[in-house]
Amino acid sequence: MTALLEAIDVSVHFATRAGKVRAVEGVSLAVAAGEVLALVGESGSGKSTLGFTLAGLQSPTSGAVAYAGRGLDRAGWRSVRRDIQIVFQDPFGALDPRMLVGDIIGEPLRVQQIGTAAERRARVMQLLDQVGLPAESAQRFAHEFSGGQRQRIAIARALAPRPKLIVADEPLSALDVSVQSQILNLLADIRAAEGLALLFISHDLAVVHHLADRVAVLYLGHLVELASRDELFERTAHPYTASLLAAVPRLGRKRTRGGLSGEMPSPLAPPSGCVFHPRCPKAQDLCAESAPLLREVTSGHAVSCHFPLGGQG
Amino acid sequence: MTGIWITRWRRLRGHRAAMLSLIMLGLLIVFVLAAFPIEALTGIDPDEADLLSRFDPPSWAHPLGMDEAGRDVLLRLMIGGQISLLVGVLATIIGGGIGVCLGVMAGYFGGRLDGVLMRFTDGMIALPLLPLLIVLGAVDLTKLGFSAEFSHSGAAGFWRIVVIIALVDWTSIARLVRASALQIRERDYVRAARAAGAGPFDIIRTHILPNIATPIIVSFTLTVGRVILFESVLSFLGFGVVPPTPSWGNMLNNAQELVTSAPWLAVWPGALIFLTVMAVNFLGDGLQHAFDPRSEAGE
Repeated sequence: MTALLEAIDVSVHFATRAGKVRAVEGVSLAVAAGEVLALVGESGSGKSTLGFTLAGLQSPTSGAVAYAGRGLDRAGWRSVRRDIQIVFQDPFGALDPRMLVGDIIGEPLRVQQIGTAAERRARVMQLLDQVGLPAESAQRFAHEFSGGQRQRIAIARALAPRPKLIVADEPLSALDVSVQSQILNLLADIRAAEGLALLFISHDLAVVHHLADRVAVLYLGHLVELASRDELFERTAHPYTASLLAAVPRLGRKRTRGGLSGEMPSPLAPPSGCVFHPRCPKAQDLCAESAPLLREVTSGHAVSCHFPLGGQG
Repeated sequence: MTGIWITRWRRLRGHRAAMLSLIMLGLLIVFVLAAFPIEALTGIDPDEADLLSRFDPPSWAHPLGMDEAGRDVLLRLMIGGQISLLVGVLATIIGGGIGVCLGVMAGYFGGRLDGVLMRFTDGMIALPLLPLLIVLGAVDLTKLGFSAEFSHSGAAGFWRIVVIIALVDWTSIARLVRASALQIRERDYVRAARAAGAGPFDIIRTHILPNIATPIIVSFTLTVGRVILFESVLSFLGFGVVPPTPSWGNMLNNAQELVTSAPWLAVWPGALIFLTVMAVNFLGDGLQHAFDPRSEAGE
């Protein structure tokens, strides 16, 4: 597995009036070419911030982002812009209300000066067809479309420069449930057809199970578990992941205990030791004192816990 | 595939009040330009006083009668309109242009540039207007490197007014544009453009400016009317358009004292300023409609 896009010990802190917000703390992970890596966590876990950092929209406070093994500085980002695109959560805010849809989709091509004006128009038509919108959509404005259609437009824009990787920041969560599955299938189809990698940010584990090859779980800016999808769902090692899985409502199953109580602590004042220990059902004295390091319990399955589930370690 | 500008033009065409305003402005331009052929054909000198025909009523030779110095009112309205319209449009565009440029830079780039530009703007706002105008009006153009011949010509006087108004009138637009740009720069579509590799000036041109077009247009249209009247204040202070050269502003000013004895001297320039301001405002409405695809056509 060769890494396409890599976060190397990335931390992102924001200075606010109330103090320093530690949105992302020392996260290292890699997305391989063609794979779907899901980034999972509650709101406030730093998953969107990490996604923005990996899309080059946010500079890390420390650590680095590497593309194809090359660390990216400002000039480096300029050269990989066409390879990494982004789809946002809110399809209403992501499309310029005063721009024609054709111009929106063609924007990355225009900005990157790919092809002639006529070639770009042809590509826009092809993209509209690919995401299942009629050709005359190009002449219309974003407000004339529904949420799902807008997300299709946003996906078409992301696909325009034929990227190697798309960062999708909760692309389904603003949509109606009936539309979610259509967009999910569209993403799965496109990724199969184009062979592109997807960094899929989500809090919906059912969707993640459907789409992801590997899953990274974030808690309070820390990477707590990283494993292939089946490994993570079947041999969960981190108590936090286990409680997330337990919280997923399923038909025909009684609500079980094991869901989390309490709120995630403020990233302004993260707990000592393991950041999860105040809410962890398995916490012991050690957890409040020292922060666990991320380590592999089995090959390709890394967990950051002193007492992982399943007896290993 | 039609471009965005064709779409905007179509939307402007669909706005009836804006189209009527365009026709109105066209007629006003024809009216003020008609001064040249009329002056040439009839040989009337609009600046020459004739005390025997003071306050003459309308006649065939002078359709709108004579003013307090016995000058042809119609011809003076035409010539005054050339100056008032040009000053109104040029000063608005130059001053507004300065305001939009500084405001959008401050709002989009933020940080230290924002701080410097906005403190500069606050400084301009804090300067008292009247002494500032007197100082700017007293600037000796020959010291700025212009030839003596140009410095004392009518053109220099005209440009002096335009520059003075532009220099004192850009601040409110700058503040307005900065506030609007601040909002737009955080939108996801601006982020998406950045992720696609668009540079700041490309983003300002394609995303920021179209999305803050509404406040810019409102501010510009309000400024045109204000500037036309402001010009008369400058004339009153002794620079700007100096009598006997007419402008709508100074004609209206002069007529103030005579409003009981010769009200029509105030009515005509007042009506023309009113028409101009109305037409510009409705055209502004139409432009807002053209730029905002979500707005429904007024009629």
